[in-house]
Amino acid sequence: MALLQISEPGMSTAPHEHRLAAGIDLGTTNSLIATVRSGKAETLKDGQGDALLPSVVQYQKDAQVIVGKAAKAAQLDDIQNTISSAKRLLGRGIADIKTLDGKLPYEFVASDSNVPQIQTIAGNITAIEVSAEILKALKQRAENTLGDELKGVVITVPAYFDDAQRQATKDAARLADLNVFRLLNEPTAAAVAYGLDQNESLSERIIAVYDLGGGTFDISILKLNKGVFEVLATGGDSALGGDDFDHKIAEWMLEQSGLQTNDSSAFHQAMVEARRAKEALTKANQTDVSLGGWQGVLNRTDFDEMIAPLVKKTLLACRRALRDANLNKDQVHDVVMVGGSTRVPVVREKVGEFFGKPPLVDIDPDKVVAIGAALQADVLAGNKPDEEMLLLDVIPLSLGLETYGGLVEKIIARNTTIPITRAQEFTTFKDDQTAMSVHVLQGERETVEENRSLAKFSLKGIPPMVAGAARIKVTFKVDADGLLTVDAEEETTGSKAGIEVKPSYGLTDTEIETMIRDSMENAQADMQARKFREQKVEADRTLEALDSAMAADAKTMLSEDEIKTLLDARAELQQIKENTDDAEILKAAIQSLEKTAEFYVARRMDDNVKTAMAGHKVSDFSDKNKDEI
Amino acid sequence: MAITLTDAAADRISSFLENRGKGVGLRLGVKTHGCSGMAYVIEFADEIDETDTVFEDHGLKIIIDPKSLVYLDGTEMDFAKEGLSEGFKFNNPNESGACGCGESFTV
Repeated sequence: MALLQISEPGMSTAPHEHRLAAGIDLGTTNSLIATVRSGKAETLKDGQGDALLPSVVQYQKDAQVIVGKAAKAAQLDDIQNTISSAKRLLGRGIADIKTLDGKLPYEFVASDSNVPQIQTIAGNITAIEVSAEILKALKQRAENTLGDELKGVVITVPAYFDDAQRQATKDAARLADLNVFRLLNEPTAAAVAYGLDQNESLSERIIAVYDLGGGTFDISILKLNKGVFEVLATGGDSALGGDDFDHKIAEWMLEQSGLQTNDSSAFHQAMVEARRAKEALTKANQTDVSLGGWQGVLNRTDFDEMIAPLVKKTLLACRRALRDANLNKDQVHDVVMVGGSTRVPVVREKVGEFFGKPPLVDIDPDKVVAIGAALQADVLAGNKPDEEMLLLDVIPLSLGLETYGGLVEKIIARNTTIPITRAQEFTTFKDDQTAMSVHVLQGERETVEENRSLAKFSLKGIPPMVAGAARIKVTFKVDADGLLTVDAEEETTGSKAGIEVKPSYGLTDTEIETMIRDSMENAQADMQARKFREQKVEADRTLEALDSAMAADAKTMLSEDEIKTLLDARAELQQIKENTDDAEILKAAIQSLEKTAEFYVARRMDDNVKTAMAGHKVSDFSDKNKDEI
Repeated sequence: MAITLTDAAADRISSFLENRGKGVGLRLGVKTHGCSGMAYVIEFADEIDETDTVFEDHGLKIIIDPKSLVYLDGTEMDFAKEGLSEGFKFNNPNESGACGCGESFTV
């Protein structure tokens, strides 16, 4: 049973046609994926309840690839095959990498395309491939959680990423088989998460985004004008982050305890303890620390003092960025905090002092970028009424087409804003059906007679196939002028047919209102009519299936007597179908024929016949998201 | 008959409405669509039409158009978690069969 989500008014999707979209924060240290469900943007967690996926990929000898926590855990033991911080390498050439801060522990080889490759046990790997593995893991998580494929994603990149780095990010997404709606700058995503783009109290806003992560610091100054973000300046330090805070605490503990700093295991232990102490100090004023046999107390004042030079460094970068943007501090309207290290109280305090206003901290700083990206993806997937777009018009009555049994399948619901394009896939009802008649209808009722016929055309040249195998995509397109175009295309051969109609032509407002009112007043009758027609289709389907099965192998598989039994049962259903208008009676008759034919179905199955049809429900042998015409 | 909400469903709906910041309630409906005849529709409601029927449960307004009401009357709406997935589901006495996916149903 699929679990359903709440949509915006008029934005519900048809079954199996969800416009699932997600935002991805592809980070240097950690990556996240978020989506909007029932109007709320939230990050998606893995099976253990963690939203953060460490951006670490381990390549193994048997070409197996491990991503995330397990890869991070393996990093110390298998450093050459475990790639972290691949984001720093994205879109860089060999020459760039030589100048990168910090030494990377990997063996690089040049390739023909000047894309540096890392030598691993599983072969030479590029940063794009590493990033693709991270994206694949996130995609998998989203699809497990949402129960269907993602229609598209928004991936965030640092504001300073150049074209090559952006292209590399897109290439990684393509390798991961993700459709990228667009790339979004990380600071912009953070501003979107706080809804700053929705706030219309000012025609122009200046937003500073202070992003202090584990190993990097970025400051971005944005200008928001009529919903359009412009990056005015960026700055930062690619080797400054929360890890440096841990380092300071660790050094202090080693000094206090008198333990050797060059002992790598003691140092590693000190870093782990330092991180714990730092996190404790975001809430408490002091915390107990221990290292080896040594025990001590770290209070917040001392910690603040230790990291003061680091915080000051970030503020200097802020000052430079403002100068680059030709702005004063007091011209900044909002300050947005991003990155786990902005949880440190003294960081918030100093940033607030610097800009002269309290920074925005309500959204989890680890998740804020992914959440903003998810909100953007939701809009781009078409799940929100597009507020930016002028509301041109709505279609007054639903548009649909006739399906088997004289029923109407609505493709575009009334009151949908135009322009709009909706497509649905249909299939054939009979074996070897080579043509299909497309009957376009307008109205709210369930049956063809009760709706208004707009146009009819046929699609020819469908290759002979068993019923249900053809894939015919019917597209309804209403342009801004209200002009409807209907196209049908058989997807395996590409044969096409189409027609243009003007749906509202000739209908007055009163007529439209009458049609809508009728559909409400006749709801009960329509429901009965629909039930009956559905059973009638089911009956035809059952008869058709039995006929086609018997034509194929009745002679070889059934005795004379058995053939007679089946034909008698068939005649009975045929007779009832023609004489009743009661859905229940017809349903019973279908079941009775299905029961009689059970032995035949079983025999055909046993015989390994590929298409065993009689006695099965429609859903058993038609593709689940196709309807029959 | 009426439309009712379980505690879990009511709890989530009010939190989603609050997060959205506007809306008078929740609109339920059915669409003729999908693999098994009809499909459920759940949307935030910004307005109530004259022809709508409004039910109130757990202090929340459930709004249904007359055409959908015949398919939904007596339904209980629930919120459930299944593995990583979570969302709403319907216990609909009018439902006689659902497709494998559970997104559409027949009466």
